[in-house]
Amino acid sequence: MNSTAGRNIWIFGGSSAIAQAYARLAAERGAKLLLVGRNNDHLQANAADLVARGGKVAVEVLDLAGQADRDAVLGGFIERHGFPDEVQIAYGILGEQERALSDLALAADIINVNFVSVALWLLAIRARRDPARPLTLIVIGSVAGDRGRASNFIYGSAKGGLDRFLEGLQHTYAGTSLHIVRVKPGFVDTPMTAAIKKGGPLWAKPERVAVDIQKAVDRHAAVVYTPWFWRPIMLIIRLLPRFLFDRLKI
Amino acid sequence: MTPGNEIESWGRVFKAPHPVTTPAFLSDACAALTGSKRSTLALGAARSYGDVCLNRDNELVCTTALDRMIEADWSTGIIRAEAGLTLDALLRIVVPKGWFLPVTPGTKFVTLGGAVANDVHGKNHESAGTVGCHVRRIGLARSSGDVLELSESENSELFQGTIGGLGLTGFILWVELALKQIGSSDIEVETLAIADLDHFFRLAAGSADWEYTVAWVDCLAKGKGLGRGLFMRGRHWPQGALRVHRSPRLAVPFDAPSWLLNSTTVRLFNLAYRSRPWVMGRQTVHYDPFFYPLDSILNWNRLYGPRGFFQHQSVVPMHAAVGAVQRLLTLTGDFQEGSFLVVLKLFGERKSPGLLSFPIAGATLALDLPNHGDSTRKLLQAMTDMVVEAGGRVYPAKDATMSAEAFRLGYSQWPRLESLRDPKIMSDFWRRVTQ
Repeated sequence: MNSTAGRNIWIFGGSSAIAQAYARLAAERGAKLLLVGRNNDHLQANAADLVARGGKVAVEVLDLAGQADRDAVLGGFIERHGFPDEVQIAYGILGEQERALSDLALAADIINVNFVSVALWLLAIRARRDPARPLTLIVIGSVAGDRGRASNFIYGSAKGGLDRFLEGLQHTYAGTSLHIVRVKPGFVDTPMTAAIKKGGPLWAKPERVAVDIQKAVDRHAAVVYTPWFWRPIMLIIRLLPRFLFDRLKI
Repeated sequence: MTPGNEIESWGRVFKAPHPVTTPAFLSDACAALTGSKRSTLALGAARSYGDVCLNRDNELVCTTALDRMIEADWSTGIIRAEAGLTLDALLRIVVPKGWFLPVTPGTKFVTLGGAVANDVHGKNHESAGTVGCHVRRIGLARSSGDVLELSESENSELFQGTIGGLGLTGFILWVELALKQIGSSDIEVETLAIADLDHFFRLAAGSADWEYTVAWVDCLAKGKGLGRGLFMRGRHWPQGALRVHRSPRLAVPFDAPSWLLNSTTVRLFNLAYRSRPWVMGRQTVHYDPFFYPLDSILNWNRLYGPRGFFQHQSVVPMHAAVGAVQRLLTLTGDFQEGSFLVVLKLFGERKSPGLLSFPIAGATLALDLPNHGDSTRKLLQAMTDMVVEAGGRVYPAKDATMSAEAFRLGYSQWPRLESLRDPKIMSDFWRRVTQ
């Protein structure tokens, strides 16, 4: 286990439940945290919680999915908070597939927020990083990105596209001090999934996901399915021949 | 909002689909209250046994995502936290800093809001009173849209109504609590054999040096041995390591068959529990096994099978205590329903600010009964009658069966809580005992 004490961790999407659970673990290990997100009240509530748990916390209010001069924004962050050791990208929207099929503005949002805006942040961070300093990028993807499925392929394709993008970054930076973790959670009990009926063995708590992410960061894993059983499940779903896959209602 | 989630309370006798919202931030909780279409109720960890946390055919707002610390002053031990923070999570934060809960119930898997709404007590009631005695301020949302701060001096009537108010006065958003300082995470424990009821009362009276006291009673002992059991008393070990508890390692993965708990297994359990020479005398243990022995098995309520179980906890005033406890124990022994854990303890004089707080100075008895249908309900009713006759009352957090009459006799101040109740908030329990 590496020491998180004093580690400078930026979290994009600082009010997400998974990010908050992860930030708590980091705060308990004495990390310095920067929460970035849209809603100041939410960020302040999370920041106060992290401070009480032992973290040093700052907040930057920004619509991450909006049009921003990314390079200038990052420059400001570095100036105010120093170079990060770790950047976690945790924001995203689930959207309702059924509605997005006909509501093209919603479909565009799902793709833009989950894929385009994240990819551009990653490019901007890549350009801004201090090459002399190790950096870990943690990106929260989804098992939904592993194969296009009828029930959620708009969200899934955005996460899938992001996954290809990250694969390419990992390929580019293999063997360097830029380390990228692709996190693939399954069903997580968070406000994002509030409209879905929950319960059953496949649902995980954000705390569980956060522990898995932290372990993946500590051991420099490239991909982490969380909880672990999603790896074999998604392997089967990916390998399923089309004539079988097409009969499944998933 | 999730439609029709099946929600059950800890006793698993009541199960009902409820539309449930799980707000992520306090402002969302306020919005859920003002925007509720039918009556609504805040639900914490659903660790109360009966129906105080349920609202059949109406709405529930689950507080478990409202689990943030808001402020902590580690020099004074005063913390403020959102209502959905569990005592489990709170202990993980405060123990390493040398602080502990001023009062803790027998499980740490309850939320702070639930602990206040039920004004829970612990093994130190004689000296510390209920948790409400240590609550300094409460943030309360009302369906009118008001967000109020309550304390002894500000909105004091609502403050008193909210402590032990079963969640009816509004949504508890946050709680400010005065913690207790500790020098180590260990507890010095002494376990003594109790020969009979008289002996229990003598030991309880002679344990003023011990902050925590509780007795386990062998429910199968009769006649002269009635009240036989183990007396456990503890106090914080003054100096040493401050170690946080571990997560539970065992869980009951599915419902046990209903026959598992029968008079034979109960007899064997009680015999085995009594015959543990290694627990007798003095030793030092971590706070976790001392305060929360059942927390080591997650979902232990499934051991009672799919029909669930009831718990009866009541208190009778001191002047009537010896006779009433004797009658209650004789009654349960006669019914042969069998109870795994019968717990007996004295409550002290310290008064809670709570209007409908359960404890009064006297003796409290708690026991589990597997749900065998009518025969169990009859026994519970007979016990409740006995308690009310002795001038005592039954604990709403654990109750599933008491009549409106028994409730009103035990809690004569209930109309004041009814007048403080938020018009949009209701629970199955409150419907049962007031309507």
